[in-house]
Order: sequence, then C-alpha cells, then structure tokens
Amino acid sequence: MNLSKILKNTFLILIASLVLSACATKKTTGQLQGDVYTGTDSVEYLASGVPDRVFFATNETVLTTASRDTLRKQAAWLRKNSDINVVLEGHADERGTREYNLALGERRANSAKDYLMTYGISSDRISVLSYGKERPVDSGSNPLAWSKNRRSVTVKAN
Amino acid sequence: MLYRYLLILLIIFPIKAMALIEVDITRGNLSPLPVAVSPLSIDDNSKENFKKILKKENLGAEISLIVENNLKQTGLFNPLDKNAFLQKPDVANLKPRFEDWNLIKAQALITGKVTFVEDKLRVEFRLWDILAGKEMMALAFTTVPSNWRRVGHIITDKVYERLTGEKGYFDTRIIYVAEEGSKTNRIKKLAIMDQDGFNNKFLTLGNELVLTPRFSPTNQMVTYLSYFRNLPRVYLLDIETGMQEVVGDFPGMTFAPRFSPDGKKIIMSFAQDGNSDIYTMDLENRIVERITNHPSIDTSPSYSPDGKYITFNSDRSGYQQIYIMESNGKNVKRISFGNGLYGTPVWSPRGDLIAFTKLHKGKFYIGVMRTDGSGERLLTENFYQEAPSWSPNGRVLIFYRETKTNAKGEGFSAKLWSIDLTGYNERLIETETDASDPSWSSLLTN
Repeated sequence: MNLSKILKNTFLILIASLVLSACATKKTTGQLQGDVYTGTDSVEYLASGVPDRVFFATNETVLTTASRDTLRKQAAWLRKNSDINVVLEGHADERGTREYNLALGERRANSAKDYLMTYGISSDRISVLSYGKERPVDSGSNPLAWSKNRRSVTVKAN
Repeated sequence: MLYRYLLILLIIFPIKAMALIEVDITRGNLSPLPVAVSPLSIDDNSKENFKKILKKENLGAEISLIVENNLKQTGLFNPLDKNAFLQKPDVANLKPRFEDWNLIKAQALITGKVTFVEDKLRVEFRLWDILAGKEMMALAFTTVPSNWRRVGHIITDKVYERLTGEKGYFDTRIIYVAEEGSKTNRIKKLAIMDQDGFNNKFLTLGNELVLTPRFSPTNQMVTYLSYFRNLPRVYLLDIETGMQEVVGDFPGMTFAPRFSPDGKKIIMSFAQDGNSDIYTMDLENRIVERITNHPSIDTSPSYSPDGKYITFNSDRSGYQQIYIMESNGKNVKRISFGNGLYGTPVWSPRGDLIAFTKLHKGKFYIGVMRTDGSGERLLTENFYQEAPSWSPNGRVLIFYRETKTNAKGEGFSAKLWSIDLTGYNERLIETETDASDPSWSSLLTN
C-alpha cells in the first residue's frame, strides 16, 4: 500500500519524535496509540482490505477498537470462505520472561479467537499457537519494535 | 558412552590432620586463598600410553590445569603461578618441603600422581596444609582414560568440600539452548556441556524450536519444550539413549516443565482457551493431576527440595508475581511484594531461598528471597536477563543475558553467565554459539 511507503519515508522522523516523547504513555505518537502499534509496517493481508494481525498493549490481552475492527473484517472474510481454516499465532515482546510470555501469547491469540467466534466463526476452524517472544517481526530493542511484536497473527492453515 | 562407564572407584585413605585452613564462603571473598596446584606427576611409560590414547602430551599437567581453572572460577581460591614452584611434582607428592611452598605464600597445596594401569587411568592426589605442615586428605581412583577431564572435576569437588565444608559442583554438566541466526528467525538446538564449557554436544538438529531444558535431579533425563510439528509440547529426553517422548496427552500447549526432586514427576503448565494452569504427570503410572485452577496465568512451577511445596509464577494479582503453595495446590500464598514484576522462581537445592527474575523500571534483575518472601537481595542488573538455575550445592546461579540491539536492530547476542549467591564473582561462560535457558545437573558422582 502507498501508506506503508509514506510511513517508511517518515520512519526516521518518527523514531526521533518517539525518543522525545518516550514518557508519554497515553498519547498518540505516530504509529503508537498508548503503546499499541497502529502502523501498517509489518501487516500483511489475508485478502484485499483484510489485515492479518492485531496488536496489544504491554502485558495486555484486551482487544483495542482497531483490533476489533480488523477481526470483524477477518470474520466476514472467513464467513465468505468457509473452506478456509486459520491458525492464530500469539506473540509477546522480548521484555518478559520466556515462560510467562508463552502463556501471554496463548492468551492473546485466544482473545482474537473468542472475538472471531462471537462473529460466527466455528471454533473448529480456528487453532491457536503461541510463540511467546520467540518470533519477533522487528529485531529492534525499542518501544516501537516491541509494539509490533505484541501481536496475534491470523494465518491460513490450508 | 561416557556416562555408562562411571567406573570411578574411590578409595579413601585415612585423613590424618585437622583442617587449620578454612575458606569463608558466606560473603564475597575479597582475599581468595592462595593455593598451589602442582602438576600431577607421571612416569614416562604412562605418559607414552596416555599420549597414544588421548593425544595429550602430559596428562598429569592437563588434569592439574582443570583443577586450577575450576578453583580460580570459584573466586574463592587464587591458584599460584606454576613457574614459581620449587619442588618437582613427584617429590612433592611424597612429602612436600613445606618451607618452599610457604615461601611462595601458598596456604594449600595439591599434589598427585597419574599412572596407566591395565588400560585404566589411575589417579591419586593429596591436599596439604602448608602452614600446619600436614596432609589434609588423600584419595585415589581408577577410571577409563576418556574420563580424564572428569577426574580433574572430581579432584576439585573433593578439595572444595574439604576446604569449604560444602559439596562442590564441578563434576556436573549444563544443558542449555544453543542459538544461531537472526533474531527474527532464530535457530535453537538443545546442547550439553561440562560445567567448565568443555565436551560440548548438540542434542537436536535445530529443525524445530526447542526451549527451557531442565535436568532431572536424579538421573540422565531431561525435560524440555519442543515445537515438533508446530505443536508446543513438553518432552522427556534420555540423554544416554537419545530416546524421547511427549509428556502426557494434552489437547493444547504444555510448557515450563521441571522435575520433582525425586525425579518421578514432571510439573508443568498446560494452556487452554487463554488460561494456563499447573499440572503434574507421574512418569511411572502416567497419572495427570491438576494442581492450580484459576483464570489467571499460572506458570514456571518449581518444587521445594523436600517436595512438599511448589513455588510458581502467577498474574492473579493483576501482574506477574511469585507464589508458593503446598504440593497439592492448597494454601496459595503470594510472597513477592517489592516494586516491579517477578518471574521464574526456582527453589534452592538447600531449601532456604528462591531465586527469581525481576523486571523493574525497564531493567532486569536476578535475585534471591527467602521462601516467605523476606530478605530480597538483587544480585545483578542488566538490560535483559532471566532464568536462573542453581548449582547443585546452592552456591552459584547460572542464567542467560541478552544484549540490546542498535537502532538498526543489529548486535543481538545471548550468553550464559554465572554469579555467586553473594552477588560477587559474575562470570561469562564461554559457549561455541549464543546460548540461553541453562539448567545445571546434579553431581555426577557423590
């Protein structure tokens, strides 16, 4: 998407502004709202207009408004494509102990699963896999990188 | 295989003298005990035979180097420069000239003799108190030549025990996860090595993600988490035979495994529908028991050495904290009340302390507290570190530490470190590859 190009171009400026506003927690700063990632850098698409992932705040498993919106799109797509099953891969950032993060990843993927189920997707079509902090998408050691890594990704299973 | 041949026969000679020298291990030792480790003497015939079998020029000198290095790593001893030694190894082993050793300020002296006897390696060694002018200890043992490094470790264990009054931790191994590749697509393998980093061996190929291996306290079994076929499950691995099996038949992820102190059960977490609880499985009758039943995350369980209690990590208060309970799951009690988050509690083999990882204001700490949560002491602070594992004598902790990457996401590394219970003597443990999730074995011989 064009948006992601623009975002990449302004990346350095955003990093700078993040450093300057490192203490602001509930403010929208570029690609972060609070500390939830709102950008599209790592996002892939299951179909046109159907983002594959949702993001979480530190130590949280609650779905944001944006995440619920994404999941409703996924649910609509899954209803249309009833032959497709999915794996929800839950992830955590690197700022937590390995075992707790495995549990946290599992819980995040399950919040996404529960939401898909309330929109009519059968649990038989959804499996859950936690990677804890083992598979980051961004190898950075900074708040923005961590926000991209706190995620649940919906992956086609067949 | 190496471990099949535990043909170490210990013949204990009578000990003649009372110990006059003592090493204080209860606090950071700022003046380590000066000790002379003489090369073990070796006759020409034995020398030739071991050279042929082990490709070592002088096995006596090699074994003494192992002892010397072990003693140095403790931070409690200061092994003296061998160039300053005045007495030849063979003569010293018969009867040291105490004045000579006193002259170079040695307080203890280790001497010994290595011989080739009927295809076996026979080693005798003596520990001398220089100031008192007396022999403190004399031991001899026979084993297969390929065990020569272990001989050095066993000598160190005996010397350490004689001088400190506590069991050693040198004839032990570390199982850990060897890491390679980029941070976003890390290759992880199970690996095992001697406590001093030698005899490194990879146990898996790296085809699937493996995490958190833990030694059985009683035998050569290991339990760990494998993502074999993308199904994260707890496995049991016999490192002598290479045989492995899934632990239990759970319909979801099992993780955070550890053995019970008698080695008969595995305790672990099972995650289902967004909730992780603690379960045990008896390895003999395969009976699975649920220990916690709470909508919070309950993980990282670790038994007390008497098996009566379990410490574990839970976020039932809202955030990660440390709890203890009876081994049947009754009487759950929170014990961590300091600032920050607490994880990875591990009960000390001595029973009196729980080691943990703490996250506070963006820093990670390894610390210890009493089992009621009092007396919290933080031993080391860093950008990222976790997963302490106790040496079998409860004196040293091994853990792993990860580095912060730069703005481009480069410069990541994971390494093993050890630190004394006192907070002193922090040391990097060299490994062939990056490393994490270390677990310390029990003593291989007692």
